[in-house]
Amino acid sequence: MKFDTPAGTNPIDRMKVVGQPHERVEGPLKTTGTAAYAYEHQQYPGAPVYGYVVGAAIAKGRIDSIDRTAAQHMPGVLAIVTAQDLGALGFGPLGKGDKNTANLLGGPDIEHYHQAVAIVVAESFEQARAAANAVHVAYTRGQGRFDLAQEKPNAKALTGSDADTATGDFETAFAAAPVQIDQTYTTPDQNHAMMEPFATIAWWEGDALSLWTSNQMIAWNREDLATTLSLPLEKVRIMSPYVGGGFGGKLFLRSDAVMASLGAKAVGRPVKLALPRPFIMNNATHRPATIQRIRLGATRDGKLVAIGHQSWSGDLPGGGPEVATQQTKLLYAGANRMTAMRLAELDLPEGNAMRAPGEAPGLMALEIAVDEMAEKLKMDPVAFRVLNDTQVDPEKPTRPFSQRNLVRCLKEGAEHFGWHRRLATPAQVREGRWLVGMGVAAAFRNNINIASAARVRLNDQGIVTVETDMTDIGTGSYTIIAQTAAEMMGVGIDRVVVRLGDSAFPVSSGSGGQFGANSSTSGVYAACVKLREAVAQRLGYDPERAEFADGLVRADNRSATLAEAAQAGELVAEGRIEWGNLSKQFQQSTFGAHFVEAAVDSFTGEIRVRRMLAVCAAGRILNPRTARSQMIGAMTMGVGGALMEELAVDKRFGFFVNHDLAGYEVPVHADIPHQEVHFIDEADATVSPMKAKGVGELGLAGVGAAVANAVYNATGVRVRDYPITLDKHLAGLPTLT
Amino acid sequence: MRAFTYERARSPLAAAAAVAGKRGARFIAGGTNLLDLMKLEIETPTHLVDVQDIGLDRIEPTDGGGLRIGTLVTNTALAADPRVRRDYGVLTRAIVAGASGQLRNKATVGGNLLQRTRCPYFYDTNQACNKRKPGSGCAAIGGVNRLLGVIGTSDACIATNPGDMAVALRLLDASVETVDGQGKTRTMPIAEFHRLPGDTPHVETALQPGELITAVTLPRPLGGRHLYHKVRDRASYAFAIVSVAAVIQPDGSGRAAFGGVAPRPWRVEAAEAAMRDGAAAVAAQVFAGARPTHENAFKVPLAERTLAGVMAEARAENRA
Ligand SMILES: Cc1cc2nc3c(=O)[nH]c(=O)nc-3n(C[C@H](O)[C@H](O)[C@H](O)COP(=O)(O)OP(=O)(O)OC[C@H]3O[C@@H](n4cnc5c(N)ncnc54)[C@H](O)[C@@H]3O)c2cc1C
Ligand code: SF4
Repeated sequence: MKFDTPAGTNPIDRMKVVGQPHERVEGPLKTTGTAAYAYEHQQYPGAPVYGYVVGAAIAKGRIDSIDRTAAQHMPGVLAIVTAQDLGALGFGPLGKGDKNTANLLGGPDIEHYHQAVAIVVAESFEQARAAANAVHVAYTRGQGRFDLAQEKPNAKALTGSDADTATGDFETAFAAAPVQIDQTYTTPDQNHAMMEPFATIAWWEGDALSLWTSNQMIAWNREDLATTLSLPLEKVRIMSPYVGGGFGGKLFLRSDAVMASLGAKAVGRPVKLALPRPFIMNNATHRPATIQRIRLGATRDGKLVAIGHQSWSGDLPGGGPEVATQQTKLLYAGANRMTAMRLAELDLPEGNAMRAPGEAPGLMALEIAVDEMAEKLKMDPVAFRVLNDTQVDPEKPTRPFSQRNLVRCLKEGAEHFGWHRRLATPAQVREGRWLVGMGVAAAFRNNINIASAARVRLNDQGIVTVETDMTDIGTGSYTIIAQTAAEMMGVGIDRVVVRLGDSAFPVSSGSGGQFGANSSTSGVYAACVKLREAVAQRLGYDPERAEFADGLVRADNRSATLAEAAQAGELVAEGRIEWGNLSKQFQQSTFGAHFVEAAVDSFTGEIRVRRMLAVCAAGRILNPRTARSQMIGAMTMGVGGALMEELAVDKRFGFFVNHDLAGYEVPVHADIPHQEVHFIDEADATVSPMKAKGVGELGLAGVGAAVANAVYNATGVRVRDYPITLDKHLAGLPTLT
Repeated sequence: MRAFTYERARSPLAAAAAVAGKRGARFIAGGTNLLDLMKLEIETPTHLVDVQDIGLDRIEPTDGGGLRIGTLVTNTALAADPRVRRDYGVLTRAIVAGASGQLRNKATVGGNLLQRTRCPYFYDTNQACNKRKPGSGCAAIGGVNRLLGVIGTSDACIATNPGDMAVALRLLDASVETVDGQGKTRTMPIAEFHRLPGDTPHVETALQPGELITAVTLPRPLGGRHLYHKVRDRASYAFAIVSVAAVIQPDGSGRAAFGGVAPRPWRVEAAEAAMRDGAAAVAAQVFAGARPTHENAFKVPLAERTLAGVMAEARAENRA
């Protein structure tokens, strides 16, 4: 099904099941511990053995030698596989998936700290771990580049969608603007810190390789694993029915899958492998740090006339930038604008996507700058944003937004949050030892659609089964897909079975870029349209006139149950949604406004968020309960990004030092006292038959700046260097009495 | 984790004798610190002597009007004890500011006193660390050290003692009771228990090999307001950037000890004469000779401000 004209009325508009706050269909499995995650599956031939990875002890250089004598003779050890052993296992040199920057198995060259250099396979986990520690690798250290600020002058311009943009004449307009802001902001490297570690169980049957693993994008994973091991695609099966969080870290093939596959080949048995937490931070990907310069020029009455956003980030050679200027092209009106990204080469671990890549750090900077401008103009920050709203793509004014309710989000949020109580002058509100402030920021994230396919089956019990390789990374995919099929087929959600995350199923959008909900349900929609036709045909009804409701099919005064339609045999239909040019015609984005109240201890500078509110405009909300969960989770992550999350770089040795969850702090319950989420009632017919967009990343976009602005309003000390830890504003806090 | 043998001792003396008699033997109590370190091969004992069945899990009054706390009393039980809450509130407050409920259920008095530093380089066996591998150097100096020590440190090691309970015990002038493999007992003031690193940062306490902590005793109660303020980057479940334990009397006199700043709980008794003159006067003496790094210099003013906050709280409680 090609979606190239805006959706008319369709069965989803009934909203009997879609749009309802259904509980997660797989919730009981998860709360009773019976949903099996990657490391827990039991279905494979034979008893498993255990793998443990050895990681590089240096960031850059070469392996001189690997001494495995001691390890080899330790109890239970079955195999040790390094890059030197590939030939003996029947592999050539490993390939590299097109979404990987660094090789997933290092040696002799080392590209980053904790790059995998060996897997040890043993009868037990403990034996494998002990032997991995006894593999002695000697290195020659090379010269590495680990400091973004130092490499900034060497950073290079980019091409394609990452190229510089310019509209009007920014430099002249900025220079002439009566009110200017020119500030530099920094955001640190961040880790996804998902609960479930990277984990895989791999086994071979002949030349066919199967994996239970934890991955967001089944088809990408399958392709990149086939490429890495030089296998035909059809010889690789990937299964990932439950994923304990990914946040972009599990978009890609990672070392757990490759190393477990090599280990399994060496021992001829299924190999279980989970990456230990202290290894993940440097072995896997992270959100790269940025340095961002933002220049805003405005008239005295508060109209933006010049918007400039430059961003520097770094990655391994061949990697990509953190696209932090993305939102600045579209968020506010202004005739003269420029964006520019520069990419430096760094020998730190691989940078890549983390939840709301681009917008998350981009808005952390931009939305402080906007707050600074509002203050300079002596305007209310909500009113300033409202005044500079645009309903068209500012770089291409003939191209409208499909739907843009940012102003409503801001106004309704302000009303509900009690924004009028905020004092414009900072550091004026005291409650005992606490300084209290409020902050606001706009949330913005583009809508992305990805082709997505599904298969639906109807059996003689009237049960509808959906099969697609879509993943549920804790987001609620199972539930919204069940709701979609139920709505389309006119049955209750209890009549639908959803099977996900298996490369044997049709290829879906996968989960990422907040495209999963809209794209994958649209694919299910397309498949259900086909199944409805098949049902009508089987019953001899006119497919155009058949109605599906209450478990019945009705047409022209005839009616039958769905079960009856499948009496003569299961009906199976496959459908795929593909996307036309509507996203070129219309700018499709999601919007929101974040409001935060924060308190700062006037003695110690400790920052505690007190209240958060998000108001979102993101198309049709497929399930308000799961959507709210996405929002509050993202807002929590936003607090982490604003106040504590930072991979601390050792600039001498080139690695993230705080590489466990004691050192890399994310918020705990006590940090998140009160969160509220409102969704504006929308349906965007230009985006899909579901008329939905996504919220999973929108919830994070802008939160950090809202926290930062609230902290500033509390203290009067502006911190432009995330995370805002107490040491950065302590010296500026009001003097103690 | 290296392979090890394991036994469960039946009495304090048997436990001490078992460890003293075997090279590489160690006690294990709650295991919440030791096992983590063994998994990373930072600790590599060859034999573990489990002390959980040796008794010593009671809190009893002493003849001197204080309390004797058996080493196996869990952090949870100690913090919840009504006598402790009434008379030594600073101890309860310090304990519940540490770790999490689950960990405190397992953590013991002796194990807590002996918990090792949280210096991130100590935890990464690829890095130089004099504490983990004597003579290998100190990667934290010149590296990421925002959370490390500002005073009492040396050129060999700038790590902190990360504990909370010990700061309160230091404030309260607790004593540590031990027994060795020959059955010899001794009692030492907590002030002498933790050592400064000097050239030997791997030697952290005054305990001899095989010497078992049997109890910690508290002298008679001090009265006054008992306060513990632990400053950290998130609201809970993090080690102290700086912590202040204080007992403050209605006239403003009192005591203060600091955590998160030094290789041991940091208290300078002489500075306490200035308690009534305010935090700046106290901190100036407590932190005289501090040698912070570029990254953690803020800890010195932070410690003063935290003490000021604690003093203000005591005054407010007095008014209430
Ligand atoms: C995630 C996490 C967070 C934490 N957060 C905090 C915090 O915020 N604040 C804080 O103060 N602590 C914190 N801790 C540390 C925790 O308090 C300690 O792990 C705990 O107190 C150790 O007690 P244990 O009985 O488990 O010791 P074990 O791990 O059993 O032993 C620790 C050491 O003490 C020795 N030992 C034990 N008993 C005796 C004895 N009777 N005599 C001689 N030697 C003995 C052992 O040989 C070992 O070397 C945290 C720990 C974790 C894992
Ligand atoms: S500060 Fe101490 S514990 Fe940390 S690396 Fe240096 S020697 Fe090791």
